[in-house]
Amino acid sequence: MKPIRILGRSISSAFKSVVRNFSLSVASISCIIITLIIVSFAILLSVNVNNFTKSIESDLTIVVFAKEGTVKENVDTLKKEIDSIPNVVDIEYKSKEDLKNEMKRENETYKNIIDKWGDEVNPLPDSFIITVEKIEDIKETASTIQNLEHVDAVRYGEGVVENLVDVFGIIRNITIVAVIALIFVTAFLISNTIKITIYSRKNEIDIMRLVGTSNTVIRLPFLFEGLFLGVIGSIIPVLCTIYGYVLLYDKMGGVLFTDIMPLISPYNFVFKVSGVLIIIGALVGMYGSYKSVRKYLKI
Amino acid sequence: MSFIELQNVYKIYKNGVTAIADADLKIKKGDFVFVIGHTACGKSTLIKMLYREEKPTKGNVFVGGINVAKLKNSKVYKLRRKIGIVFQDYKLLPKMTAYENVAFVLESYGYKATEIKPKVIEALARVGLKEKLRSFPDEMSGGEQQRVCIARAIVNKPKVLVCDEPTGNLDPETSKEIMKVIEDINKEMGTTIIMATHDKDIVNRMKKRVVVIENGCIVGDYEKGSYKVDEAH
Ligand SMILES: Nc1ncnc2c1ncn2[C@@H]1O[C@H](COP(=O)(O)OP(=O)(O)OP(=O)(O)O)[C@@H](O)[C@H]1O
Ligand SMILES: [Mg+2]
Repeated sequence: MKPIRILGRSISSAFKSVVRNFSLSVASISCIIITLIIVSFAILLSVNVNNFTKSIESDLTIVVFAKEGTVKENVDTLKKEIDSIPNVVDIEYKSKEDLKNEMKRENETYKNIIDKWGDEVNPLPDSFIITVEKIEDIKETASTIQNLEHVDAVRYGEGVVENLVDVFGIIRNITIVAVIALIFVTAFLISNTIKITIYSRKNEIDIMRLVGTSNTVIRLPFLFEGLFLGVIGSIIPVLCTIYGYVLLYDKMGGVLFTDIMPLISPYNFVFKVSGVLIIIGALVGMYGSYKSVRKYLKI
Repeated sequence: MSFIELQNVYKIYKNGVTAIADADLKIKKGDFVFVIGHTACGKSTLIKMLYREEKPTKGNVFVGGINVAKLKNSKVYKLRRKIGIVFQDYKLLPKMTAYENVAFVLESYGYKATEIKPKVIEALARVGLKEKLRSFPDEMSGGEQQRVCIARAIVNKPKVLVCDEPTGNLDPETSKEIMKVIEDINKEMGTTIIMATHDKDIVNRMKKRVVVIENGCIVGDYEKGSYKVDEAH
């Protein structure tokens, strides 16, 4: 019962302190709000960029065309050879008949042309569609395949795709660095606020020490104060995240400019991000006050 | 071992001042002891070592079986719960009423609200402030504020009350009243009292044990009533 009472009194004392030092609290809460909004933006961006990268990577395939007139046995050997390349995870064979049918189905114009060829004529090549494991090595894998016998041409999204993936990687790293830097700035601001509350209550703390209040009881209210500042400061960023992202998603129709960059669907995602924001706010608040308490409340 | 015992105690401050040198002192439970001497002789330093505001440079200080000299910082609060401290400047919190100034001690120990109330009222009644529970320090006289300070010091029923010039800021009439309160606490609650003072009248009139300090050394220790003011001055 006693620890619970002490906890309760610490919480109410911390709350009073937040209210009593109103202007100071507002200042540090504003800082937390700004930081967390940027953190939220960074998280939304980097998770989505991650998603784009994955989505592009999973769509990325190498198409291999066999030389015209390659006989069935040689096509089978080629398939085995490609399959034995370590970076190849999946290989799908598409015969020239499959390709012909597929094209006929695609649109009317193709259908009319192909119908004129008749059943016997098929100038299209046999092909393979290959999925690779490591997207970074796609170029190397493509050139290995190019050098195999009976291969006519190899196609993949040369250049563009690799560059896009690189750019996404850079964006992700920049946001991670920015988030870490901001978290430190916020922790510093909070520790400064707590330092000032500690000073403004120095008299009280000195008396508490003299009358035999334990160090834990003296420190707890300040830790709670940091926690409160952090959690209160996360409310507005959480609302911005939820409403902002849902609005963006609806306005953009679920993609960022093009279909190859699908946005993550808001439901659940925004709540997870909100949870992360509250936790970051709370942890940063407590860390900031802990630093101040350690430094200015040497007991 | 006595209830309070100093063994070969030295206190040398960081600036090189020797405030207490080779002090030996034994005080029994329930004693009433005045500590007197000229200004800067080391009275406050001696008192502060009892509640571990200052750490002895050398020697041992025992209070109720605790070796104060060896006490870890994190355990100091345990000692202070056994010692009531009365200050010359009262050290009350200006934004709290008399009641709250006393109650917050027990609150900070984690006592139940229902336990706190009777104890606080009892302490304030003992110092004669039953009618002033809701007064703030700036609404009270110096003597009344000192009574609140005493109530706060005794609310947890400590075995010992240390007072550093409790009447230093009060006129003679009020000083007498405060001394009456402290003497009653000693008699009725059996609390050991150690009090540093300048006030010769009080020392002469009350006829208690007197410890005389000169330049940091204990130069005299007089049994009840045997001290006369001209001996030391
Ligand atoms: N924190 C300190 N640091 C350095 N020197 C100190 C400190 N406190 C006290 N002193 C010195 O120690 C000596 C004893 O001081 P102390 O306060 O114990 O005297 P006192 O007997 O209480 O004097 P007074 O009657 O004026 O209150 C003095 O010379 C004082 O200057
Ligand atoms: Mg003094």
